[in-house]
Amino acid sequence: MFSINPFAELSASIPTSVMQTYVVVMVLLVVGGTVFDVIHKKSATYFFRNWKKAASKGTRTVGSGEIVSLAVQTAVVEVATSAEFCNPKRRIAHLLTMYGFVAYVAAIIMMVFCYPMAGSTAPAIVVQLWYLGAAMVCVGGYWFWFFIRVDVAAEGNSPLRFVQADIFIVSLMVSVTLALIWAYLQATGNAWTNVALGAYLLTTTIFFGSVPWSKFSHMFFKPAAALQKRVANADGSRSNLPKPADRTNPAERDRHSMELLKDAPLNMGLGIKREAPRHY
Amino acid sequence: MPTFVYMTRCDGCGHCVDICPSDIMHIDKTYRRAYNIEPNMCWECYSCVKACPQNAIDVRGYADFAPLGHSVRVLREEEKGTISWKIKFRDGTEKSFLSPITTKPWGRDIPKLKDVDGPSQEMRDSQLLYNEPKYIRFDDGGVHTLESNGLKFKQGVVY
Repeated sequence: MFSINPFAELSASIPTSVMQTYVVVMVLLVVGGTVFDVIHKKSATYFFRNWKKAASKGTRTVGSGEIVSLAVQTAVVEVATSAEFCNPKRRIAHLLTMYGFVAYVAAIIMMVFCYPMAGSTAPAIVVQLWYLGAAMVCVGGYWFWFFIRVDVAAEGNSPLRFVQADIFIVSLMVSVTLALIWAYLQATGNAWTNVALGAYLLTTTIFFGSVPWSKFSHMFFKPAAALQKRVANADGSRSNLPKPADRTNPAERDRHSMELLKDAPLNMGLGIKREAPRHY
Repeated sequence: MPTFVYMTRCDGCGHCVDICPSDIMHIDKTYRRAYNIEPNMCWECYSCVKACPQNAIDVRGYADFAPLGHSVRVLREEEKGTISWKIKFRDGTEKSFLSPITTKPWGRDIPKLKDVDGPSQEMRDSQLLYNEPKYIRFDDGGVHTLESNGLKFKQGVVY
């Protein structure tokens, strides 16, 4: 089963052009939804206004070369390793879901556009990438949903409570789960295959079509916000925050207020971060 | 001066929800980010501001009271055992403060009071509280005053 391209099998009943059109429509829905979101919420307007405001308060000017360097750092640290998460479990779950989703979508595009016909055999690695990506999304998504979602972990709400903020994660999890179920039913020749396919298409359409109402666009604005944070640190404005303490610096170490820390170790441990927020 | 959350900074970790003594920091149902559900019940204790690992929470001044862009921001660094404040006045004056938040590593050196001998009758009859001379450092060179610490009292508002 893990070496069979489910979309090539499907081409026996649905023309390849229809499948390819569906994928293109989904991409257009994401682009259109994100643009609508940006215009409707004026996110870009506020983002650049804040950028200028922060730059005007800076103690130094950040050059374009440095901005490129900060953008690369943001891509490597905040995006590729989800470094913004302070909770390691959330970070792992996010990485699983993110890389799983990327692998899943990349494999779909390759299978639908390069190896769509029953006769054109997709390399086993592409098919396995699709299954592996879907499995990663399921592991990361269900772990997040049932155990580490802040509504459940910090607020004590029921794991089954559904609100608008859940559209993204629920439609993603259900869509990918149905994809796996459909592929299995199709490979075993089950009579329920078409029902599973219909449900899969419906949830996938909801996932990609609900961008203006869901958290889908966090994929785009979170990296932008992380870059702005790095730039604010680099230009010295630091969003008005105090500069980090340096206990090895004699000027700070010998301040009257710091007298009590003179003999204390430089690393005092995790403090409040020793425990996850779970005291509802 | 209630708290508010910079939504793009917040990652919805729940530390502010957990620590708020008024239970008014909650998770938004649309974006799963923290927000203050009842600003007029916020007593500006700064617990959530200090607890936020992303520094995503700030305190807003009322427009008639602080209309010209004052700012009070805080950075609590657990590993260093320090808390830093940066106060920016409306005229642009800035003041920075740095203080310890603990003098011993977190979670260690917790006094085992259960194992300590109970106070004698004489101590019970005394006006002093438990370990009072020691804990307020009266047994370490007498009363600590500005003079004994080489400081001088300045009159008026001093920047």
